[in-house]
Amino acid sequence: MWKWFHQLASPPHFYRIAPIFSAVLLLPGLALIAYGVYAGLFLAPMDYQQGDAFRIIYVHVPSAYLSMMAYMIMAVAGGIGLIWRMKLAHAVAASAAPLGAWFTFLALATGSIWGRPMWGTWWEWADPRMMSELILLFFYFGYMALRAAIDDTAKADKASAVLALVGVVNVIIVHYSVEWWSSLHQGQTIMAKDGPAMDPGMLYPLLANIFGFTLLFGSLLLRRTRTEVLFRERRTRWVKEMILAPEGQS
Amino acid sequence: MKPRQQRMLAVGLVAVGLAIAATFTLRAFKDNMMFFVEISDVMAGNYPKERNFRIGGLVVAGTVEREEGSLDMSFEVTDTRCALPVTYSGVVPDLFREGQGVVAHGRMGGNGTFVADKIMAKHDEEYMAPEVAESLAKHVQDQTKSVQYLSTECNANDS
Repeated sequence: MWKWFHQLASPPHFYRIAPIFSAVLLLPGLALIAYGVYAGLFLAPMDYQQGDAFRIIYVHVPSAYLSMMAYMIMAVAGGIGLIWRMKLAHAVAASAAPLGAWFTFLALATGSIWGRPMWGTWWEWADPRMMSELILLFFYFGYMALRAAIDDTAKADKASAVLALVGVVNVIIVHYSVEWWSSLHQGQTIMAKDGPAMDPGMLYPLLANIFGFTLLFGSLLLRRTRTEVLFRERRTRWVKEMILAPEGQS
Repeated sequence: MKPRQQRMLAVGLVAVGLAIAATFTLRAFKDNMMFFVEISDVMAGNYPKERNFRIGGLVVAGTVEREEGSLDMSFEVTDTRCALPVTYSGVVPDLFREGQGVVAHGRMGGNGTFVADKIMAKHDEEYMAPEVAESLAKHVQDQTKSVQYLSTECNANDS
């Protein structure tokens, strides 16, 4: 187990196997999203109160879930990089940030579009759920800006990992904001106390999309990390050897 | 202690320190972070006097009255214990209906009525097909019908 772990952390080994893992995640991910989108838009019954407008949930919830998931992966990878000095972990953290920022943007945008007809407002500054999600986006921006501002990769890795760990507090606030404070946003649906408060015909496509988005994210993260590793290792011997090696031998 | 364990300890201590700091900060801002004030608190006089604020609750069934030929309307909002009359002039969101969760922005008028300048509808975390909702509605009584207007806790109205 540990041998496997150490092997995975070796940049040349990771560079070789990442495309395989990426493809393994991508295919079922796309299949799940295809099912989720079709079933969500055409097979699921409409909601008794919101009619067809509720169907934006099939993009909103997976995006919002991943906006937090990507952040946790970024922070945990940063922490592993700080404690175990694992170079690959910092590469993972750096690659997760733009993906997470886009999912956060998607969650905010779809939430706003959904909120206009249903709640009667695009945006409410005082609402804890909306504000904490916006702050999450700013954490991603701050993280990427901090990385870009420091030329020395090792220093940038350390500083940004600390920032990522600080922001975990905000992720917890995003998650519990609808429970701790009164919010315009409704409470948990899928993780409700008495089980999912949703018609099974609506729920399964949603779960398919959540898993599908997650697999897609994993696949993209591996691809991004691979390029990040190549860039970071550009001065090492294995990269030079790989580039100079004749076609077909690597 | 190995350097790795030292780093582990440092990261752990920073995390604990942050958690404590965040807890105290959030406690200090607890009331300010509320998006709306509960009806019972409004009735007890616990609301910002000189500025606008939001109230949240359910629209009491059978109290929505629209004035003909204008956008003026009035209704009562309840937290299932107390009910507060609200007046509003404007367009309400799609989800606004009797028994539905609602958030109103505005201020208290002189006569114990909340004068709203914006109405937002809240929806709950339940999603179901219309047929299911219909069959459920036959069995479940509308909870806004059981509001006790004369509950002693609601008499502290200082208007």
